[in-house]
Amino acid sequence: MWTFTLRRLLYAVPVLLGVSMLVFVLIHLAPGDVVDILVPPEVPKDIADGLRRRFRLDEPIYLQYLAWLSRLLVGDFGISFFTGRPVAEELFGALANTLIIALPAALLGFSLGIALGALAAYSRDSWLDKVFSATAIIGVSLPHYWVGIVLVAIFSVVLNMLPAQGMGFEGLPTGWEEIKHLILPVITLSLIPMGVTSRLVRANVLEILSQEFVGTLHAKGLGKRRVLYHTLKNAAPSALALMGLQFGYLLGGSILVETVFNWPGSGGLMNLAIFRRDVPVLSATILVLAAIFVVINILVDVLQALIDPRMRR
Amino acid sequence: MMAEAAALRVDASLVLQRAQQGKSYWRRVWERLLDDKLTLVVTAVLLLLLVMVLFAPWFTVHDPYTGSVLRRLKPVGTLGHWLGTDEVGRDLWSRMVYGGRMSLLAGVVPVFLALLIGGFLGILAGYAGGFLNSTIMRLTDVLYAFPSILLAIAITGILGSGLKNTILALTISFIPPIIRISESITAQTRHLDFVEAARASGARPLTIMRYHILNNVLGPILVYATSLISICIILAAGLSFLGLGVTPPSAEWGLMLNNLRQALWVSPLVAALPGVMIFITSMCFNLMSDGLRQAMDVRL
Amino acid sequence: MNEAGRGSDGADAVAREAASAPLLAVENLTKHFSVKGSLLSRSNAVVQAVDDVSFLVRRGETLGIVGESGCGKSTTARLLMHLIARDSGRIRFAGRPVGAAHGLSRRDLHRQMQMVFQDSYASLNPRLPVAMSIAFGPFVHGLAKSAALQRARQLLEAVGLDPLLFANRYPHELSGGQRQRINIARALALEPRIVILDEAVSALDKSVEAQVLNLLADLKTHFDLTYIFISHDLNVVRYISDRVMVMYLGKVVEIGPVHQIYLHPQHPYTQALLTAMPSMDPGRRTLRAPLSGDPPNPISPPSGCRFRTRCPFAEKVCEAVPPQLLALQNSVAVACHMRFPGSGHSRADKTVPH
Repeated sequence: MWTFTLRRLLYAVPVLLGVSMLVFVLIHLAPGDVVDILVPPEVPKDIADGLRRRFRLDEPIYLQYLAWLSRLLVGDFGISFFTGRPVAEELFGALANTLIIALPAALLGFSLGIALGALAAYSRDSWLDKVFSATAIIGVSLPHYWVGIVLVAIFSVVLNMLPAQGMGFEGLPTGWEEIKHLILPVITLSLIPMGVTSRLVRANVLEILSQEFVGTLHAKGLGKRRVLYHTLKNAAPSALALMGLQFGYLLGGSILVETVFNWPGSGGLMNLAIFRRDVPVLSATILVLAAIFVVINILVDVLQALIDPRMRR
Repeated sequence: MMAEAAALRVDASLVLQRAQQGKSYWRRVWERLLDDKLTLVVTAVLLLLLVMVLFAPWFTVHDPYTGSVLRRLKPVGTLGHWLGTDEVGRDLWSRMVYGGRMSLLAGVVPVFLALLIGGFLGILAGYAGGFLNSTIMRLTDVLYAFPSILLAIAITGILGSGLKNTILALTISFIPPIIRISESITAQTRHLDFVEAARASGARPLTIMRYHILNNVLGPILVYATSLISICIILAAGLSFLGLGVTPPSAEWGLMLNNLRQALWVSPLVAALPGVMIFITSMCFNLMSDGLRQAMDVRL
Repeated sequence: MNEAGRGSDGADAVAREAASAPLLAVENLTKHFSVKGSLLSRSNAVVQAVDDVSFLVRRGETLGIVGESGCGKSTTARLLMHLIARDSGRIRFAGRPVGAAHGLSRRDLHRQMQMVFQDSYASLNPRLPVAMSIAFGPFVHGLAKSAALQRARQLLEAVGLDPLLFANRYPHELSGGQRQRINIARALALEPRIVILDEAVSALDKSVEAQVLNLLADLKTHFDLTYIFISHDLNVVRYISDRVMVMYLGKVVEIGPVHQIYLHPQHPYTQALLTAMPSMDPGRRTLRAPLSGDPPNPISPPSGCRFRTRCPFAEKVCEAVPPQLLALQNSVAVACHMRFPGSGHSRADKTVPH
């Protein structure tokens, strides 16, 4: 078991290295460099070149990469072009803000998804299941950022019940006024996990119900509830894997929702960085989000192997 | 008596002819598709959309690029602008039809390119096995480490916006899943008995690929790729929504959604309309892909 | 060589041997599969699928290979066809070594030897009309497409299927028996001398099986073929074979003419197999289970004689010394210490126990 975990961890290292290389290559493909941005174009060339030497931009590319990487590993994510402050500061604050909507969204999406999926599986072929299938297709085709806009249109513009934008507080929400800001973003963010989870749970439960051992359980006289428990236990591993991945997507893909609601999370930070052409902030954010995704993937694999011995390859 | 005998003989030969043909797999898929009403309807809708978008001048009255400040944000149902106008006074219907060009282009082309590149690499990896397989799959894993939208943002955010970069970014985002599926299906097919029998005939790998692997593998890969189109449309519009995709003054549904956000307070219906198009198009592609999958799931 | 009736009527045997020189000679064929342990552990478990197997196949005969699942029959077939690479041993076809520099290449071997698989459906490409599947072999070896299809149609007729009706059909439109006929036609398309039938009739209904067996007999005469017939069904093997080879856990335990093997089995395993066959006659009931225990793990087979853990006559020498496959009279060869005086087994020298 532990060898499996170790293997997975070791395997992540080359992947993370590859990710960092990819980001680094992208940064270097970007038109212009640090000096062009920091310094007005009228400055004479030799001064600009001197600056380049100071920033070690004239060194061969692999040396620059190694220098960049070594700084990353120590926690030095560089300085923002725009604000001049260390990137790490802004980044982790923003990440925390994303978590404030991502966690509730995950909980909401998963629990509703499991409930709906199981319900649909049990009422197979009835009208409820048909409604479910229709909703599932619609759900997958909806751009969730558009749903966010629609929700704002209904609840903020027309009904004036909830705030349209912004976080409205620092740190954690303490009262209803502050929680009001959370509601619409969380609902919007929860849509995709809810849709994907419910589809998977429905498919899994259906498959398990059709297996013979369920009939055996019924024949043994187990009540419906106990059978349900056994069924869920079997469906758990792949459902857990999916939920882990979805959470990773939530963290990494929150940018669209955060843009709609002007939420100052990691997505919002990326948005700003793009417009300001603040390459250090953008690249650091991308790298950290990708790294988190890789770690989540590993955790999911290990968790799966823990629950389902068959997965331990 | 003679006439009846002659008629019988004719019928028998027709039956013989029919039996001689044999129904290939693709023919059966085609017949099942024709039976599937929902898929037919959806495909018709998409074709209609395609026609409208290609021949946009025939379907629209106003120029999508010129607007009049006097006619800003007219609501739905205004005389002369049946879907209203946008924040700069341009006719919304025209913008939507012309915008369809960009949106469809950015939605379909990346999947098509990813299918070519990813399909080739995946099939190669699946058939070759060994070192080549490991190399290709490990490189795929690096790209897989990014949630899809993040990768697209990374590329367009750093390299710059515009249609070309959008298509590039989305293509790269969709190559990994296609490689994965192609490799998996090809590796499975390779171990089937009839492939072994083909090897036992002394055929060379390229010949086996051509006559035995490809015709079994391309179908499922194609179905999977079509299911990605709906996601690509949403992602492409999303990129434009973020300002990373198509640039103004081009019309594109996601870009329009972004531009009209401020208008939400004044004319919420108009502001939400572009999203409806994204939704409808994405759903049609989804249903079509589902229909294709079901038709291909022929019990042999 | 260890099985050619040597030691009995010498000159007779030599003459017989010269007249029917072996078409296929297999020597010391070995294939071990390593089972991957986890990346960080040292030990690599090894499945000794085929271990030091040697036999001959004479021209025009049908050699039956029998044994339980996992005894190595199918692996042997695939090794002969060179679908998997052998670890060691030699294979000679009509005297020419296969795979060596001056001998027969793999590609040439495939023109001489073909195989029919067990799963009639999985053996055919579902996307190709069956005539194309049959024509593929000749087409690959240089025949023009139209000529190859023409040959395919001729073969369809030879296996009893009307080409007009069947040439353009797809596998899913045919029954199991029809598909297996197609597979046989495909095997014959390259005009091989030897056809390996790996459980080729095992998946068919009994009545269909009988038809296919009769077809195989006809084809053998018509095309002057040599068969290697692998099966776990002892009745069928008896019906169709001239000689029979019995395998256990990767090794050959007995080989000889079919009547000798079935009437006077020499190896305890063969005896047990034959006794275990249910009889239609209620008078001949099996009172005691002939074989005890489960087949041991092919990953770590017993030392010495691999059958000793289930053999009622096992002794110390069986544990210590692996028995060699040696010739007895009647052209039978067996690998058992009991049969050869001087082996150290207490029952050697005595008459055959049943």
